[in-house]
Amino acid sequence: MKTYTEINEKIASKKAVVLTAAEIIDYVDKKGLEKAAKEVDVVTTATFGPMCSSGCFINFGHSTPKIRITEAWIDDVLAYSGIAAVDLFMGATQLRHNDPANLDYPGEFRFGGGHVIEKLIAGKELQLFALSYGTDEYPRREIRTTFTIHDLNQAIMVNPRNCYQNYNVAVNRSNRPLYTYMGMLKPNMGNVSYSSAGQLSPLLNDPLYKTIGIGTSVWLAGARGHVYAEGTQHTSDVLRSINGVPEEGAGTLALTGDMKEMDAEFIRGVSLKGYGVSMAVGVGIPIPVLNEEILKYTTIRDRDIKAQIIDYSYDYPNKTGKTLGSVTYEALKSGKISLMGKERETSSMSSYEKALKIANLLKGEIEDGTFLLTEPFKKLPVNQKMKSLFVKDGRS
Amino acid sequence: MKTQKLLLTFLKDSVDKPIVYHLVKDFDLITNIYRARITAEEKGSLILDITGSEENIDKGIAFIKEQGVTVDDAQKSFRWDEAVCTSCGNCLTHCPVNALHIQDTATMKVIFDSELCIDCLGCIDNCPYGACQSIFQE
Ligand code: SF4
Ligand code: SF4
Repeated sequence: MKTYTEINEKIASKKAVVLTAAEIIDYVDKKGLEKAAKEVDVVTTATFGPMCSSGCFINFGHSTPKIRITEAWIDDVLAYSGIAAVDLFMGATQLRHNDPANLDYPGEFRFGGGHVIEKLIAGKELQLFALSYGTDEYPRREIRTTFTIHDLNQAIMVNPRNCYQNYNVAVNRSNRPLYTYMGMLKPNMGNVSYSSAGQLSPLLNDPLYKTIGIGTSVWLAGARGHVYAEGTQHTSDVLRSINGVPEEGAGTLALTGDMKEMDAEFIRGVSLKGYGVSMAVGVGIPIPVLNEEILKYTTIRDRDIKAQIIDYSYDYPNKTGKTLGSVTYEALKSGKISLMGKERETSSMSSYEKALKIANLLKGEIEDGTFLLTEPFKKLPVNQKMKSLFVKDGRS
Repeated sequence: MKTQKLLLTFLKDSVDKPIVYHLVKDFDLITNIYRARITAEEKGSLILDITGSEENIDKGIAFIKEQGVTVDDAQKSFRWDEAVCTSCGNCLTHCPVNALHIQDTATMKVIFDSELCIDCLGCIDNCPYGACQSIFQE
């Protein structure tokens, strides 16, 4: 048994033993759970992939004369301005003004909010265009200027839903191509698309939220961020198998971090043909090895993690709840799975390679004594169901 | 007889020259055009195979260069930018020849083998990060 304080003391004196969630599997196999739990202090987990529920709040400071912004565009992408005078919110999936979207189906969606945020973090110059109706103390009616992240007072990323615990595997049973957030799905199940870092993924290594909770310090694209709330659509009452690992979507995290500390390698604008724009986010989360039970959860491996195969031509949009069975990440990562009597090629939306890189970067920071752990001050809900929107007819 | 694949880039002043016609007529070469594009700025690109004797191929290429047309050694229009690639793997099922493929399942790193690439451009629309590009892209 170890405490957060003890682990942090070891980290501070650069003596902590840290392994990635990939390395820990063989280590525990070799040493046994009991011995490994004594030796290892922290296991690092990570994920990198499109996370649509992402965005940022930025503050510009005041111009002379002052403006109270009521409409704003950054590089022609609409920013939400229904908050204080020079505060804006940029959402990852916002399209650029005049993007034809799917009018010319399938649309290309080359640039949007996610790309703006990537440019900001990369330190590139962006254009602000803003309007106002003008007030006595904020008389300016219009502003057009360029800026970089260094000119801003704050640039704080706020992602209401990141790190989906597990995710659907998408196929297309119809006879025409589908353009989805899981990529282009070929007709007649011509390909299979999945999206999870599997054995490296944070919430698959802490399936019952014993250490990851509200207040947990996370590595958010290189910045020291934290979990500020349960993620939107956090659903913990789901189908679970070995070690309580969910076989479907399940838990999520709401994350925040300072964009001025971030590295643009890990925040990337995403263009998904026929679907829209999004943003890929890189997250690393340390798991303190407080006891054997917690260590055991981190030894989960791809062959023991299953995901549900869903038909995105009918069952997904119509919410039928039907699945075509389940498949392991080991099989998915091999490049081919057998489904309905046929071999089918697989591909991923989430990058295991980048996740592995993040898990190792975080490991390095903890070994160097620069990343300390925090104990969550509130647990994530464990028996929460997902509500559906009931569409009432008529008007009231 | 041998066959060579060429990527030609025409600039504004050579775009209207009947180069392929001369390759056939003056140098006795068999041509097979894969892809051609002329942009609004009157810059043209052409990918073709030429088949003929070694001597005639050399003469043909020399002739093309005399016309102010660039002949690309890479022989392909497709470019993969490793620095931009995130190894997400979304392109993998769209590459018919596994030119884009996974190095190994331990790292899951996506790598590109230019030798295998047939320049079909199937990956371009399926790369969410813009790592796959071609001069033939719209
Ligand atoms: S152009 Fe075609 S062959 Fe070449 S890498 Fe892309 S999909 Fe593969
Ligand atoms: S889709 Fe693009 S970013 Fe993803 S692996 Fe292929 S080339 Fe790399």
